[in-house]
Amino acid sequence: MSLKRKVRGKRIMKTTILEAQHVSAWYGSHRAVQDINVAVKTGDVLALIGPSGCGKSTFLRCLNRMHEEIDSTRVEGRVFYKGEDIYADNVDPVAVRSAIGMVFQKPNPFPTLTVAENVAAGLRLRGGFSRAEIESRVETALRRSALWDEVKNKLRAPGTSLSGGQQQRLCIARALAVQPEILLMDEPTSALDPISTGRIEELMTELKKSVTIVIVTHNMQQAARISDQTAFFLMGKLVEHGETSQIFNAPAREETENYISGRFG
Amino acid sequence: MRSDDVFNLTLRALALTVIGGFLALTWFLWKSAMPALHVAGVAFVWRTEWDPVLGEFGALPFLWGTLVSSLLALLMSAPVSIGAALFLTDIAPRGIRAPIAFLIEMLAAIPSVVYGIWGIFVLAPFVREYVHPLLNGHLGFLPLFDGPPFGLGMLTAAMVLAVMITPTITAVCREVFRSVPDPLREAATGLGATRWETIRLAVLKTSISGIFGAMILGLGRALGETMAVTMVIGNRPDISISLFKPAATMASVIANEYAEAQGDAHLSALAAIGLVLLLVSSIVNIGARWIIKHTESKTHV
Amino acid sequence: MSEGLPRVQRRRHFKSVMANAIIAILAGFAILPLILVFSYIARAGLPALNLDFFYKLPAPAGELGGGMANAIAGSLLMVVMSGLMAIPPGLLCGLYVAEFPNQKLALALRFVIDLLTGVPSIVIGLFAYAVLVVPMGGFNAWAGSAALAIIMLPVVSRTTEEILRLIPGQLREAGLALGLPRWKVLLRLIIRAGRSAIATGVFLAIARASGETAPLLFTSFNNQYWTKSLSEPVASLPVQIYTYAISPYEEWHRLAWAGSLVLVSVVFAINLLSRLLLKRGAK
Repeated sequence: MSLKRKVRGKRIMKTTILEAQHVSAWYGSHRAVQDINVAVKTGDVLALIGPSGCGKSTFLRCLNRMHEEIDSTRVEGRVFYKGEDIYADNVDPVAVRSAIGMVFQKPNPFPTLTVAENVAAGLRLRGGFSRAEIESRVETALRRSALWDEVKNKLRAPGTSLSGGQQQRLCIARALAVQPEILLMDEPTSALDPISTGRIEELMTELKKSVTIVIVTHNMQQAARISDQTAFFLMGKLVEHGETSQIFNAPAREETENYISGRFG
Repeated sequence: MRSDDVFNLTLRALALTVIGGFLALTWFLWKSAMPALHVAGVAFVWRTEWDPVLGEFGALPFLWGTLVSSLLALLMSAPVSIGAALFLTDIAPRGIRAPIAFLIEMLAAIPSVVYGIWGIFVLAPFVREYVHPLLNGHLGFLPLFDGPPFGLGMLTAAMVLAVMITPTITAVCREVFRSVPDPLREAATGLGATRWETIRLAVLKTSISGIFGAMILGLGRALGETMAVTMVIGNRPDISISLFKPAATMASVIANEYAEAQGDAHLSALAAIGLVLLLVSSIVNIGARWIIKHTESKTHV
Repeated sequence: MSEGLPRVQRRRHFKSVMANAIIAILAGFAILPLILVFSYIARAGLPALNLDFFYKLPAPAGELGGGMANAIAGSLLMVVMSGLMAIPPGLLCGLYVAEFPNQKLALALRFVIDLLTGVPSIVIGLFAYAVLVVPMGGFNAWAGSAALAIIMLPVVSRTTEEILRLIPGQLREAGLALGLPRWKVLLRLIIRAGRSAIATGVFLAIARASGETAPLLFTSFNNQYWTKSLSEPVASLPVQIYTYAISPYEEWHRLAWAGSLVLVSVVFAINLLSRLLLKRGAK
């Protein structure tokens, strides 16, 4: 599956980088996510929207095999990352998470590490980077998450000494430092003030040039602003998926229309 | 309103009685110890002679015995306790957590005298027949492993103590690890950390002061242990670096000699040792509590 | 664009597996002594246990036969006495500290109780000796019970306090709103709400006191015969076990093992029962 698009005269090949096929997920005996089929193209931002409890976060966590870390959970189906099924028997979840990064709803920097150490954490785990390499990667990551200017003089400060919005950008930098191809974001701005939210949305438009993003959001306006594709979830099922402009202006399904127009939330 | 006032007054009176009672008890102990301290002064604490017949009393051998046996016990217990706590919070499948935690708690229920009996008839022979030949036979030139194949001695006492303080340290560490918020673990796992790396980065690194507090609490427990230690330490007021030589602790000498003390001077000296023991264990316990409280407030941000 | 998933370094994977294994082994080491001690006591104590043990007095040194009837009775007596002395005040102290946290006196009490839990039991024996043995002119059961009571009170107080803190404030407000005086709210409503957990705490304190030896060594001391009065020394199971264990007589060792088995069984039984009670009460 590929689409050719013209951007400033250049032709860009859009390939599918992530594809979920018949993905279902359980908490114990409760099926939270049912038979989801969705593909994500390289360089796109895919927004997952839907009311609380509809399974969008659960589904997101199936994409980097985080869902199974919770007790008594189960996942069925396949998720292809560049053609390789991440749920295949011989695949180590640790490897999956090095290629598919995640940012969580509430900022969670490591409290005992400095700003720089937080960003470098993933690199240190992998090992084999020289001091200089780590420093330059840390700077790059902080620049990509629009935090460098604010923290360049306090790289040695504890990670938790930053404000909420800054901490979240720190977590984004931390995820970016290992250079994942895909970044999963689970309502990354819902715990932040509007200004921090705006800054993170700004940096995402830059970020998508180098990283594919799948973002779960409660905020429809946010989805409409920043995403290329949108998928609407309802009660564990994928109701509709398409170009963001189409979903928001001319939804095909009645449920989507109802949700968009705020008839239920 | 009146019945409430009566109730409040009763409670306050009770509180005063308990507090007053504690102060009175401490004062009585102080009074018993006074004669011995009066004679020797503060030097009592670092005198090394203990001869009731000659009337020579010094606390140092017992202070030494208490500290060495307790610290040694802590050394042996800490890795096991921390490991057991980690096992219960982060490694074990949900189903076996409760049973294993229960078993560890049952360890704490065994009376000290039963540990002592096990020490005399099982552990001491084990040390005598296996540990001593191993360490003394190969490394006996080191003063640490010098000593008779007696079975009773500092090492055996430390081993029993280690078993006895493990439930305490494990329980506290478990609470400390449990209070590490899950989002922190997720941060590490989401970054591609292995199970061990997640534990190291998210759990252990953030729990260092809590672990420390747990160990100090365990130390406090070890300092006051009496029966098991008395039964396996050999009860000789000697100061030695050897693990295999018999020794004595503050608690053990009181247990051994108080009931049949020879004369008031002897009694007073033993009371003085009790006072030192009370002081040392109180300081350690209060310190431990303070550390643990201080830690909890840090992670609950 | 790189191809496919990165490979996990074998080194890291291996380290994680090894670390997990070591942690599991350490947990095993933590439990091992329980199995060792319990199996030893069962093995050594069962053969030595017979009916004589429960109703006969100790035989003279070196002679065969005899039992620990007086020790069992003595322990029972002192635990009951100390329970009566310690449990009601302990409950009220825990109540006071939990329900009146703003009063300075309550804070002071809390501090003292915390201190007391850390005091070695042998020092508590010294306390009781000074206050009850000396004035009464000799070892006696009162002093032994008092020592055990001093040990029990902080335990009961602490557990009561912790449980009461967990009970939500709405319950108290509801009671007060009904017009009940505060003391009725606390005693009737609140303590009732926590009663199974509090009972568990009480049982655990009793189990703890039953196993204590050190504070009895020079308070109630020991007695080879039945005690006629409370102002006499009285035998107790832990002290008897200790005395026999360190003696040179084979026969006394056997009795010590039997006594240990009985003591451990009783303590474990109280522990298990109180937990069952807690589970029932929580429903």
